Amino acid sequence: MSATLPLNADQVLAAYRRLVMRRVAILAALAVLCAAAFVLDLVTGPSALTPAQVIGGLLSPEGLTPPQMAIVWQVRLPYALMAVLVGAALSLAGAEMQTILNNPLASPFTLGVSSAASFGAALAIVLGVSLPFVPAAWMVPINAFVFAFGSVLLLQMMARRRSAGVETVVLLGIALVFAFNALVALVQFVSSQEALQQLVFWSMGSLSRATWNHVGVLAAVLAAVMPFSLLAAGRLTSLRLGEDRARSFGVDVSRLRFLALLRVSMLAATSVAFAGTIGFVGLVGPHMARLLLGEDHRFLLPASVLCGALVMSLASVASKTLVPGALMPVGIVTAIVGVPVFLLLIFRKPGRE
Amino acid sequence: MDANPDLLQVGGLSTGYRDRPVIRNLSLPPIRAGEVHSLVGPNAAGKSTLLRALAGLLPASGSVRLGGQELVGLPLAEHARRVTYMPQTLPQGVALSVLESVLGALQASATGNPALDGHEAGQRRAAAILERVGILHLALEGLDHLSGGQRQLVSLAQALVREPRVLLLDEPISALDLHHQLRVMRLVRELARERGMIALMVLHDLQISARWSDGIVMLAQGAVVATGTPAEAITPDTLARVYGVQARVEHCSRGSLQIMVDDVLPAGGAAR
Repeated sequence: MSATLPLNADQVLAAYRRLVMRRVAILAALAVLCAAAFVLDLVTGPSALTPAQVIGGLLSPEGLTPPQMAIVWQVRLPYALMAVLVGAALSLAGAEMQTILNNPLASPFTLGVSSAASFGAALAIVLGVSLPFVPAAWMVPINAFVFAFGSVLLLQMMARRRSAGVETVVLLGIALVFAFNALVALVQFVSSQEALQQLVFWSMGSLSRATWNHVGVLAAVLAAVMPFSLLAAGRLTSLRLGEDRARSFGVDVSRLRFLALLRVSMLAATSVAFAGTIGFVGLVGPHMARLLLGEDHRFLLPASVLCGALVMSLASVASKTLVPGALMPVGIVTAIVGVPVFLLLIFRKPGRE
Repeated sequence: MDANPDLLQVGGLSTGYRDRPVIRNLSLPPIRAGEVHSLVGPNAAGKSTLLRALAGLLPASGSVRLGGQELVGLPLAEHARRVTYMPQTLPQGVALSVLESVLGALQASATGNPALDGHEAGQRRAAAILERVGILHLALEGLDHLSGGQRQLVSLAQALVREPRVLLLDEPISALDLHHQLRVMRLVRELARERGMIALMVLHDLQISARWSDGIVMLAQGAVVATGTPAEAITPDTLARVYGVQARVEHCSRGSLQIMVDDVLPAGGAAR
């Protein structure tokens, strides 16, 4: 790292503290970039509003006409916030999955968790199933969660089998993707015209249905989950040293896994329930974070959150500007960026950098 | 050595995997604080299984007492305050520096030792152990940039930084060159003596285990075949029974044991 060899413990620790400071600075820089991308996302869009008008409309409501105000407050702002939250949630979920399953290819999308959540949500939308005492508005996210968690448990069982390598888990994930996509198609086949339209649009992965309610729920889930992720950071770092070693250092790995996968399910299910299946953010975000900051999870997890939010905000900007006048579903944009990264990860042999 | 009365006592220990019991009703002579003992024996003798059971990583029945405290059935976090296990290898492809990985060992769970659990204190101890192991200059190097020997020293530092009373090592030197083999053995013995730590390791190299151990436990098919000092446990007779080889064991003028293996015995002549 440094050009001169550190000679004594004090010098080494001083160098380490400088490294920590640099990481904090990188996190701060990422946060600033996120904020900038968020503002850029806010001021781009098909309606004829200048950036100054958008910012002005947010700061003081007097300068704009009521329709303009509606665009700023009911479209632009929830849309941009949703991008940040979905990116953050999926990326945090991906980071935890990659550590827990010891698999660099893991993410809610690549291992079928998003597809499972889609299926759960599709069932709720089409069949209108509802549990007693659960408000109808919550049915879609709750159903999505139940299926996401089920798929995550299945993945975990597979990953824990001694014979199962990295590839086995990825192949099982791919099988889950196919299976749940087929089931979603089946639901689409039997659903009414109206529900079908809703489903197809939704399964593309789009932020355009973002409402303040959705923003509120996803923000609440993220805020509830993140402290627990950060509290587990030290244990997650030690798990990177090997499962037996972590256990011998006093980490209850089964419990750590279960709770992490519970968090992953909540994050993935809520994101999918409100924004559909948006692929690869959960894969790209954590890898960006890892390249920037390494795998000390005290830094990796917050950095994953920020990288995911940044990628998603930029993808959202791109979805509004790539085809002039049209709003592309943002899931298409993230896939275009994500697939090359995914391939790169497959072809890179682990441990030989 | 008598100043520290802490003993590791293993009695009636049974363990294994869900559908495959490996060790039944195994007992060992008590191991004193500050001593280094080696578990030797052929492949599939149950050495690693025994070590993992002692580490609390496998369900076990029977008794493992450390200074009067029963370890079998103790929760992992409690167990980890006393015993640390060092697996054979460090995983590849981990984006952590040497120092971070050693700090990770401390962040995993509280050690119960106030000199280790503080943030600042942990960093000082981590640096101190890296210095002791002789890899302080690699502290900020990424794990993936190290040689096999260096990685093994990092692995050892991760285990040592928690200052366990019992250190369990699974083939700590099997992938190392001669220099690193001796370095690891010397370091483990020095630290065992200094800290009053018990070190129990699985070894394949009989010559090295004889040279650096206070005691030997020879296992075959999940059972103890011989125990005692290296000279007591490693004899032509036990070598023939356990490994199926014809060998001579001689004391060289410097007092260490020389094991010369001449040939394999005809099949059926050995215990396996």
